[in-house]
Amino acid sequence: MTSLETLISLLPTLMKGLVVTLEVFLLGSVVAAVLAFIAGLMRLSKFRIVRFLAAFYVEFFRGTSLLIQLFWIFYVLPFFGLDLSALTAGVLALGLNYGAYGSEVVRSAILSVPRGQTEAAIALNMSPVLRFRRIILPQAWPLMIPPFGNLLIELLKGTSLVSLITLSDLTFQAMSLRTTVSKLEIPIFALLLIIYFVIAYAVTLLMRALEKKATVGRA
Amino acid sequence: MSEIWNWQTAADVFWKLTKVVPVTLEATFLGFALAAVLGLVWALMRRSRFRPVSLLAYWMIEFVRSTPLLVQLLFLYLALPRFPVFVIGVTGLGLHYSAYLAEVYRGGIEAVPQGQWEAARALNFSPFKTWTRIILPQAVRPIIPVMGNYLIVLFKETPLLFTINVVEMMSVAKKFGSHTFQYTEAYTIVGVLFFLMSYPSSLLVRWAERRMALKQ
Repeated sequence: MTSLETLISLLPTLMKGLVVTLEVFLLGSVVAAVLAFIAGLMRLSKFRIVRFLAAFYVEFFRGTSLLIQLFWIFYVLPFFGLDLSALTAGVLALGLNYGAYGSEVVRSAILSVPRGQTEAAIALNMSPVLRFRRIILPQAWPLMIPPFGNLLIELLKGTSLVSLITLSDLTFQAMSLRTTVSKLEIPIFALLLIIYFVIAYAVTLLMRALEKKATVGRA
Repeated sequence: MSEIWNWQTAADVFWKLTKVVPVTLEATFLGFALAAVLGLVWALMRRSRFRPVSLLAYWMIEFVRSTPLLVQLLFLYLALPRFPVFVIGVTGLGLHYSAYLAEVYRGGIEAVPQGQWEAARALNFSPFKTWTRIILPQAVRPIIPVMGNYLIVLFKETPLLFTINVVEMMSVAKKFGSHTFQYTEAYTIVGVLFFLMSYPSSLLVRWAERRMALKQ
């Protein structure tokens, strides 16, 4: 077999890893988005203690490395009786970490909606929920999309770390192939970089389309 | 191994970790210096009027920014087997963050008013002098806090170097954990150390940001 044929024969293994990577990426994104909104809104709360709790969460997760958080959740939590599967630990670490970053996006986007909008909504006797849903969010959302897009790329890159906690994602598969076909280790890793790049590019295009949709009919 | 947390073990691992703090810091600062220089190269190439050069820089930046640092490190590690792992680590960190800094520089350069270019031309400055005396000093000042942020981000990525066998804080913690099976202390202390170094730095950067904003 030529080396190109060998490389092609390795594709199914890498594709298995791709499925795991995409799974971790999607689940992690959902957890991160939910946490970003919760923490972002909490930081704008009237109550000091609520603001403080959210700020503590954000500063803590932004202040330490994703890798350390991941290792801590996977290797240390079991000592406290919390035995998580590698997938749960990976999704949780990614979600908590990027949720902290995302909350800053949510917060600053909401803050940049002019104050008059809130006042007008209050004057129209809208409930806080209605005010947020119909007035604030539609104006803040387009501002959130580009930074969210960047964070999604960061999260995608972060998924490669789950290979270090025994989850068989793309990077993990490439590492194990490296030992079986050591002659091709450099092409395998080059291919791996290209695969990540293609996924990231798809995410970028998707976010651009989303941004276009969100700003339809606006200047 | 009956208790969850042992202060003696924690002290032991703390002591071991402090010994490799210089390695982490060296990797951080050398990596950042490389990123700062390379980033400027990409940023200037990106502005080139010669299409292939600017396109090359564009795709280079996009590619490096959208692929995981871990995979880049492993790739460099395999592709350059003769190099010391520390050099590979610094190269990987520097290359990765140069792509981010290139965009930061670009923003800074574009923020310099057009009139500055025109004035430099009117005074018959050479392109080199225009860049070094007029444009870069004005472009760099407002982006210093942003660069500070990236320095901290880079610092927090250094634990990844353990994957290419650099002996830094994470690898020491991992080794300690596997020898003594006291992972709780090892990984907690390494996290605490990172936080203790990165959080005050980020407060400093925020303070610098606010000062810059006030001056403008």
